[in-house]
Amino acid sequence: MIQETEIIKDTTHLGDEGELVVNMGPQHPATHGVLHLVVTLNGETIKKIEPHLGYIHRSIEKMCESLTYRQFIYVTSRMDYLSSHINNLGCALLIEKGMQIEVPERAKYVRVILSELTRIASHELWLGAMAMDLGAFTPFFYAFREREMITDIMEDTCGARLTMNYIVPGGLMYDIHPDFQKKVKAFITQFKSKVTEYEDLVTNNVIFQSRTKGVGILSAEDAISYGCTGPVARASGVSCDIRKLFPYEVYDKVEFDEVIETAGDSFARYMVRVKEMNQSIRIIEQLIDNIPEGDFVGKTKNVLKLPKGEFYTRVETARGELGVYIVSEGGTTPHRIKFRSPGFSNLSALNHMAAGSKIGDLMATMGTLDLVIPDIDR
Amino acid sequence: MFIKDYISDVYNGVTSLLKGMRKTGWYFVHPKEIITEQYPDNRATLKLADRFKGEVVMPHDENNEHTCTGCTACELACPNGTIKVVTKFETTPEGKKKKAIDALVYRLELCTMCNLCVAACPSDAIKMAPTFEHSVFDRTKLTKILNQPGSKIKEGIE
Amino acid sequence: MFSLEGLTAMIQNWLAANFNPTMILVLQCVIVILLAITLFAVLGLVLVLMERKVAAHIQIRLGPNRVGPGGMFQTVADTLKLIMKEGLTPDKADKLLFNLAPFVVMMVGMLLLAPIAFAKNFQIWDLNIGVLYISSISSLSVIGILMAGWASNNKYSLLGAMRSGAQIVSYELSAGFAVLSIIVFTGSLQITDIINSQENGWWLFKGHIPAIISFVIFIIAVTAETNRAPFDLAEAESELTAGFHTEYSGMRFALFFLAEYINIFIVCAIGATLFLGGWMPLHIGHWEGFNHLMDYIPSSVWFMGKTFFLIFLIMWFRWTFPRLRVDQLLNLEWKYLLPISLFNLLLATVIAIYGWHF
Repeated sequence: MIQETEIIKDTTHLGDEGELVVNMGPQHPATHGVLHLVVTLNGETIKKIEPHLGYIHRSIEKMCESLTYRQFIYVTSRMDYLSSHINNLGCALLIEKGMQIEVPERAKYVRVILSELTRIASHELWLGAMAMDLGAFTPFFYAFREREMITDIMEDTCGARLTMNYIVPGGLMYDIHPDFQKKVKAFITQFKSKVTEYEDLVTNNVIFQSRTKGVGILSAEDAISYGCTGPVARASGVSCDIRKLFPYEVYDKVEFDEVIETAGDSFARYMVRVKEMNQSIRIIEQLIDNIPEGDFVGKTKNVLKLPKGEFYTRVETARGELGVYIVSEGGTTPHRIKFRSPGFSNLSALNHMAAGSKIGDLMATMGTLDLVIPDIDR
Repeated sequence: MFIKDYISDVYNGVTSLLKGMRKTGWYFVHPKEIITEQYPDNRATLKLADRFKGEVVMPHDENNEHTCTGCTACELACPNGTIKVVTKFETTPEGKKKKAIDALVYRLELCTMCNLCVAACPSDAIKMAPTFEHSVFDRTKLTKILNQPGSKIKEGIE
Repeated sequence: MFSLEGLTAMIQNWLAANFNPTMILVLQCVIVILLAITLFAVLGLVLVLMERKVAAHIQIRLGPNRVGPGGMFQTVADTLKLIMKEGLTPDKADKLLFNLAPFVVMMVGMLLLAPIAFAKNFQIWDLNIGVLYISSISSLSVIGILMAGWASNNKYSLLGAMRSGAQIVSYELSAGFAVLSIIVFTGSLQITDIINSQENGWWLFKGHIPAIISFVIFIIAVTAETNRAPFDLAEAESELTAGFHTEYSGMRFALFFLAEYINIFIVCAIGATLFLGGWMPLHIGHWEGFNHLMDYIPSSVWFMGKTFFLIFLIMWFRWTFPRLRVDQLLNLEWKYLLPISLFNLLLATVIAIYGWHF
């Protein structure tokens, strides 16, 4: 007989008297993937939430260990598929740092522009999906209309819409499309003219505000102790933007504000993301006309070999801090690789945030955590 | 003061809702804003980006010649064993033995369109094609041989 | 001019000439039942298609456009598919209640059809307590939903049913008060009297502010009563997957689906009757010419036009607003709608007593 321990729990126990244990997921409209939440309810009130993970575990870390340094980057697109460019960038940065590869300025500029476009696309999708979680279906389509423009730009330049694999160690896979600048500018104009729509439909809506204000509060201390990063922590007043604190590429050359709210509730998290979209537009506007001429890829050896040792880089994805950690034995493949994904830490705070609130609040809280399940499981 | 707050609450709530309804109502009466693409109908006008990574193809010229030397760089670059290069030895007119490809086997069902093989190819023998309608009823049809039957390597490619 | 009034009179005369009184009653019942079922089937098909088209155009999409011209037969195809589907009953479910629930919900819809005047003198049963009948029968629909939720033996269904129970019971109140303020003006519960009292102007226009307020409250309350977004907590797709009908499939699910749309039609018909004059054409004071022109439009067209306008309004709500939380839903009723409608009723009474309305 298996002894009950901290890890192995009695799974036949279905709550105490007056409790209702509901399995939310792995197939559920609001979990956006295969997240499995075991929710203990007392009537409409949530007593406890226990996330069960592993339904989409593809052992990406182990897979990467058998691939060369050029090959493993494409796999990371499949982790947080909404910010695949930024995942790829994190890996490429690590290899460049480890091997002291010089990256041309042009590549740096394009990388940052693409990263910010990815961030906007991710936030657009989140905005629609979150409004959908709260029962408003229409903003989803309006948000997707703008996101479509970004995916079109990606398709033109990178050749794919979601998992681009455009960033290679040393620069870019190929040069930007001739229409790139024109299309990005068209997108910025379109985006700016449509932002008021989100305000009318979502931000200022009295139902939306009452659904999100004061819901799922996370204090700054808790945000730090749970290891939350990205918009979730910034909404609680924690300054944690990697782009500002540890600038990579050309983030130290552009002017932008780190968006910080102090309320720590779902509405604050919503506002952080909406304002971040505007900041991303600001970054793109500063860079798009100043892309320097020159090579798009630096000189690299044919076979990449990281020197022996341990390497770590971090980048700011749309969801928070992505850490890439590689232990190298000096060979062509990493000895051990570990990704510190933002979604996993953010999810761990869910029980703390939603316990004691209503089922409807759980949707608002989960929606503003912006969970991407493949990012959590990897 | 309580009554005043109550009334202003109701007023602000109602106006915010009406604003939202004005926006959706505007879209309802403006069918020009519709963004639906009616896919199988618009096939004739549908134009994918030139760089779209749909599948790996090997371009042949009018003499049924390609530029693949059978160096297996693509096979080595591929992260998931999509490409298999089968080589053979041909005898050139001068009587020398020369390595050439017998078949470049490409498994579409394994391919993740990462473009690493195209980037690795030293003689630009393969490229990505902007096709996307790959569905077939038989899985074996997804395993393709990229070099055309009877094709041979172009003169001067080493 | 074609009118439904002439048609009914013709049938009535033909029946009277050929059959004895008992037979006439039986035949009348048969005709009415057939008409009601046909109306339900047609309404279901039309309203579902309308909902999908309205949603699509609001969401900058095209909507169904493959089956038939402009997707006209999409809902027919969907119904065929649902009929062919297996109607599963969960193993641990209460079989009797589970199978009964969709029919109870449908039955409520059918009963509510009785006092509605579809056109001039075209009404199944003009009973003298028409409005009271409507408000008492419509509160029965909660039984069917609770039945479905309980019998499914599913936690989501149970939660959905409980929410729906709390919701329908509380929103009855403000719907009732909104209707009462019109009754205060007319002084009669009979539908025919209410319609006739609007001959020189609809209550929405001649009832001053109280009528407008009660119209708004009525629309909000009936949206909640029919479990439509933003009050669709009983279904709450993102929270409870499908709420009380999670376990239903095939034709039994279709009955729930149909009942939802039938209920919308009926509450909108009642709203149109009370506030917008039912089949009464638009008459403005003493503009004789204008009034005559309006009279040329058949009364059934007026009724359907008003009803469908209200249905569109409710659909418009659904595709614009996010859903409320369950405690906010009850707050809205008990802290806002109920006090306002109580005050409004008082105002209406004062206006009615002094005869300030037109």
